[in-house]
Amino acid sequence: MNYLASVGSYAIMVREVFKKPTKWRIMKSLILKEIDELIYGSLGIIVFISFFIGAVVAIQTALNLTNPIIPRSLIGFATRQSVILEFAPTFVSIIMAGKVGSYITSSIGTMRVTEQIDALEVMGVNSLNYLVFPKIIAMLFYPFAIAISMYVGIFGGWLAGVFGGFLTSTDFVTGLQSEFVPFHIAYAFIKTLIFAFIIATIPSFHGFYMKGGALEVGKASTTSFVWTSVVIIILNYLLTQLLLG
Amino acid sequence: MIEVDNIHKSFGEAHVLKGISTTFETGKTNLVIGQSGSGKTVFLKCLLGLFTPEEGSIIYDGKRYSELTDDEKRDLRQEMGMVFQGSALFDSMTVEGNVRFPLEMFTKQPKSEMEDRVNTVLKRVNLIDANNKFPSEISGGMQKRVAIARAIVMNPKYLFCDEPNSGLDPKTAILIDDLIKEITEEYDITTVINTHDMNSVMQIGEKILFLKNGYKEWEGTKNEIFKTDNEAVTNFVYSSDLFKKVRQMYIEERN
Repeated sequence: MNYLASVGSYAIMVREVFKKPTKWRIMKSLILKEIDELIYGSLGIIVFISFFIGAVVAIQTALNLTNPIIPRSLIGFATRQSVILEFAPTFVSIIMAGKVGSYITSSIGTMRVTEQIDALEVMGVNSLNYLVFPKIIAMLFYPFAIAISMYVGIFGGWLAGVFGGFLTSTDFVTGLQSEFVPFHIAYAFIKTLIFAFIIATIPSFHGFYMKGGALEVGKASTTSFVWTSVVIIILNYLLTQLLLG
Repeated sequence: MIEVDNIHKSFGEAHVLKGISTTFETGKTNLVIGQSGSGKTVFLKCLLGLFTPEEGSIIYDGKRYSELTDDEKRDLRQEMGMVFQGSALFDSMTVEGNVRFPLEMFTKQPKSEMEDRVNTVLKRVNLIDANNKFPSEISGGMQKRVAIARAIVMNPKYLFCDEPNSGLDPKTAILIDDLIKEITEEYDITTVINTHDMNSVMQIGEKILFLKNGYKEWEGTKNEIFKTDNEAVTNFVYSSDLFKKVRQMYIEERN
């Protein structure tokens, strides 16, 4: 029953976010600040993780290719498919649920604990629009970060494959180009956009409606990470079935 | 003037406010006192429109809150200023940014006019040279003054303060009390202050409402509170040794 009530409250929150908008002059600077915090500030960790994930995928594929009939170019193909279809959009989103999600929950939760949200509401400001809307808009730029993740992941795979002595650069590029389906890129970005909305809103929900003090802010951050990850994993399954199945 | 007519507020099974009626007059400092858990904060949040009472009504200068449209409620809220117990300043903004915030949100004033207004109110609360500091860089007393400046920057008709001098040293607490009283008279606003500080009652309590377990137990002026026979009020007022001694001296003098 509690879960159902939370789903209902979440839906109401999302509706409220788009009501009674804040002045554009103020909203513009809030959006730019959030792009800096949520997207630009996450690029370092995204690049780091993507590089090594791409490299590991290439090495694992190479080590499991024991049959001499299978061409070595499969390493490039497997790296591309793994990185574009799953590792960049889904795996990185789970990482972002931890990094960005906990930041969102703790910053909004702290505002709740210190009555800053009450202060906004007393002034007649739609606090949900003021706090959550800029985060949703900023997260629309998340696909750019994922595009970088895809590039860096494949680059990591190429570097590990070629310099690890598993295949030649030509083989890797051949595999990379073979049986390329452009819709896979669209699929990855559709997923990314939906995950971006989830990463912006579920942590906001947990921060905005939290009760208690500093300890509860920490607990809310953990809960929000768990729920954001669960929703991402379930949606990943459903979207894959819908778009590729 | 704010008229409160028989308001009830519950949270689940907890009946927090039980039929409170009173009137807060314009240009006066109205104090709501009572022990922790007596319903003071819930009462204040009802006055602010943050909580909706299940029964009864609150009337702001003839406007019954429950009958207002959403837009009218928003307009009314812009006529309210609030000083929170913990100041509730926005951490990410400087002192100047905090005070300018309501002007930026709700007016179309040019930047220079906003700056003038911000400097005027900061000067009024005796805060000079703190414009570019962040809330974490200033003392608790200064934070309270910034919160007061933010609350009055839009020329409100109603000012609400939730324990404005809690956590402050006695000297700073007196300064804050004086400032609130001066502003109330100067701007002719209706001020309602939640407190359990008897020094504030002595200093600025023009009208006092005493709450106990969600009921209105007593109301009167600061002169009347020391003469009342109401046991709950006397127990509360004379809970400190200092006030007990003052009362003893008063009784001895009278006899």
